[in-house]
Amino acid sequence: MEKFRGVDYYGIEELLTEEERMVRDAIRDWVEAEFLPIVAEHHREGTFPTHLIPKLGELGIFGANLKGYGCAGLNNVAYGLIMQELERGDSGLRSCASVQSGLVMYPIYTYGSEAQKERWLPALQRGEAIGCFGLTEPDHGSDPGGMTTRALKKGDSYVLNGTKLWITNGSIADVAVVWAKGDDGEIGGYLVDKGTPGFSTLDIHGKFSMRASITSELSFQDCRIPLENKFPNVTGLRGPLGCLSQARYGIAWGAVGCAMACYDWALQYAQTRVQFGKPIAQFQLVQRKLVWMLTEITKAQLLALQLGRLRDQGTARAQQISMAKMNNVWMALETARMARDIMGAAGIVDEHPVIRHMLNLETVFTYEGTHDIHTLIIGRDITGLSAFGDE
Amino acid sequence: MKILVPIKQVPDTATQVKIGADPKGIDTTGITWIVSPYDEYAVEEALRIKEKRGQGEVVAVTLGSERAKEALRSCLAMGADRALHLSDPAWENADTLTVARALAAVIKQEAPQLVLFGRQAIDDDMGAMPAQVAELLGWPCASWIMEETISDDGKSVRAGRQVEGALDIFNIPLPCVLSAQKGLNEPRYPTLKGIMGAKKKEIKDVKAADLGLAADGAQLLVVALEALPPRPPGRVIPGEPAEAVKELVRSLREDAKAI
Ligand SMILES: Cc1cc2nc3c(=O)[nH]c(=O)nc-3n(C[C@H](O)[C@H](O)[C@H](O)COP(=O)(O)OP(=O)(O)OC[C@H]3O[C@@H](n4cnc5c(N)ncnc54)[C@H](O)[C@@H]3O)c2cc1C
Ligand SMILES: Cc1cc2nc3c(=O)[nH]c(=O)nc-3n(C[C@H](O)[C@H](O)[C@H](O)COP(=O)(O)OP(=O)(O)OC[C@H]3O[C@@H](n4cnc5c(N)ncnc54)[C@H](O)[C@@H]3O)c2cc1C
Repeated sequence: MEKFRGVDYYGIEELLTEEERMVRDAIRDWVEAEFLPIVAEHHREGTFPTHLIPKLGELGIFGANLKGYGCAGLNNVAYGLIMQELERGDSGLRSCASVQSGLVMYPIYTYGSEAQKERWLPALQRGEAIGCFGLTEPDHGSDPGGMTTRALKKGDSYVLNGTKLWITNGSIADVAVVWAKGDDGEIGGYLVDKGTPGFSTLDIHGKFSMRASITSELSFQDCRIPLENKFPNVTGLRGPLGCLSQARYGIAWGAVGCAMACYDWALQYAQTRVQFGKPIAQFQLVQRKLVWMLTEITKAQLLALQLGRLRDQGTARAQQISMAKMNNVWMALETARMARDIMGAAGIVDEHPVIRHMLNLETVFTYEGTHDIHTLIIGRDITGLSAFGDE
Repeated sequence: MKILVPIKQVPDTATQVKIGADPKGIDTTGITWIVSPYDEYAVEEALRIKEKRGQGEVVAVTLGSERAKEALRSCLAMGADRALHLSDPAWENADTLTVARALAAVIKQEAPQLVLFGRQAIDDDMGAMPAQVAELLGWPCASWIMEETISDDGKSVRAGRQVEGALDIFNIPLPCVLSAQKGLNEPRYPTLKGIMGAKKKEIKDVKAADLGLAADGAQLLVVALEALPPRPPGRVIPGEPAEAVKELVRSLREDAKAI
């Protein structure tokens, strides 16, 4: 396969600043040299290359759009381009960066006390500490407001009880951001250190998606944490949802990275694969698929880019983020499936990245708000009527 | 210690070069431009010298179009302190000697203790610059170095050059010119902070007049670029292996005259 040169049918390159392009190219080079050669093996083994985490920190990827505490202070578009390039590598790689940046550093940065920030942000930025985000529970996924994990005040501690499931990086995390209901029934955020008595983790095996990523269960049994480990500056569902907006934004770009990888691969394959005496790229049905992919990728690029500009202006709404997450992940999943189809039997083996992306995208379609949940969020926004079944 | 690193912006290594409408040049549409890889070794080495000594300045220089500023920005993102962009209509069709004169003039102005080149730019592979500049300056020069150590007093450098199966070790008084061979180091990736910081660093525009140079017509002129003739197709020798090998040996001996 020829070197990947990006996918840009609409001169979108010109809409980026020199700095944004430099950021993208730096991460693209790194992913190609350090990550792509090893990802298939990790995917097979079901492991994440944890040795790269400090490297990601050194490059400045963690918390790249935050200011201070060693963070690079990039704008949202540059941050999005990083996510795009990481996910061109693997959704697991982007997940690691998303969780650390959007779901762990962001809430500490936004809701945390100065002491919490000083303690965790520099170490998380450098990749010397790893974080995880515990919101989903076995019985509460799309409806996190129904969570049953409790953090009740007893003397000089909060006592946590409950289970969190499907938690990325759970078992390797030095700190868990855990969302639980307090004595007043309000949701709050709590920082739980690895090794706190009563806190244990278990990895989930048998995954057919996101294999190169660690997914765990967190369990809390009379787990005591100091009072100062609660986020002082947020209560209610607004807390976790604020973090999810960060991460969903990154996913909208990441999905474009996956789709570009699959399209590029399928195009090159179709140009060289000969059936019925012709390259299959010469058949109308194959062209139609390739054209669909490129058109959808182009639309998704523009959606992500404008969303980034809105965020940089401070005017992006959560519902707009929902639209980009919903659309871009769907188009990436469809693109991956079509790419797999174009490659025939070759499309099912991990010698090519396509099936890996396709399987990963099933997770991305579901996490951070399922495709349908985002549809309902936008539906409620435009009609003023909730179809969630809760009202 | 002040170190000057002349660099060149070139098409990236995977570019499929096409001859342009004007056959004296290549078609530049769709080309991704990078810092020539050997120059990256030079930048990396300069940064390492500075870091090891705990002080110093690394200055990146290029002579080239407006677009070449991007290459300077990449060097700044890696960690160079500032950059000089030599750009003037007088250098429009500059040949190697013109470029070498401009670089020698800027080196005289900047007065670094060390000039670190890449062994050659990967576009035209001319490889003339380090030696030409050293000659114009009257400085010693070691090319294709694989290792270097600056003496503690900063007065000389011990440099190892790659030769067939061995290293040629020199002790060279500073100032001098060195050129980097692959293997000298592993260049760093620019960090995101480095990229952000690069924006705030200076890229100074330098004109021919700033260096006291007049336009001197190029003496080396490209007449035309020609594509290589396409490779003749390969030949499959059919038949049983024992027979096919006989035919292969005959063909290598009689047709190709290779054995
Ligand atoms: C690999 C992986 C990593 C993850 N990492 C994390 C993590 O780090 N932290 C974390 O907290 N969570 C994480 N998750 C969990 C993820 O966020 C949830 O899986 C997701 O929110 C969906 O919840 P659920 O799986 O319980 O599905 P459910 O909520 O049970 O949904 C099942 C189906 O019902 C649909 N549905 C639900 N409600 C409605 C409704 N009102 N109307 C119509 N349809 C509805 C959904 O769209 C979906 O199709 C991860 C998941 C995976 C797979
Ligand atoms: C797990 C597995 C088990 C298998 N077992 C067997 C087995 O037991 N025995 C056996 O013989 N084979 C077997 N196969 C092979 C299978 O039948 C082929 O993979 C299938 O016929 C497709 O061929 P291909 O993979 O070469 O794809 P290709 O023929 O290269 O097709 C690639 C793409 O081009 C499209 N395409 C091709 N021609 C045209 C056209 N004219 N117009 C439009 N589009 C076109 C196809 O639809 C496809 O999307 C197996 C495959 C797999 C994955």
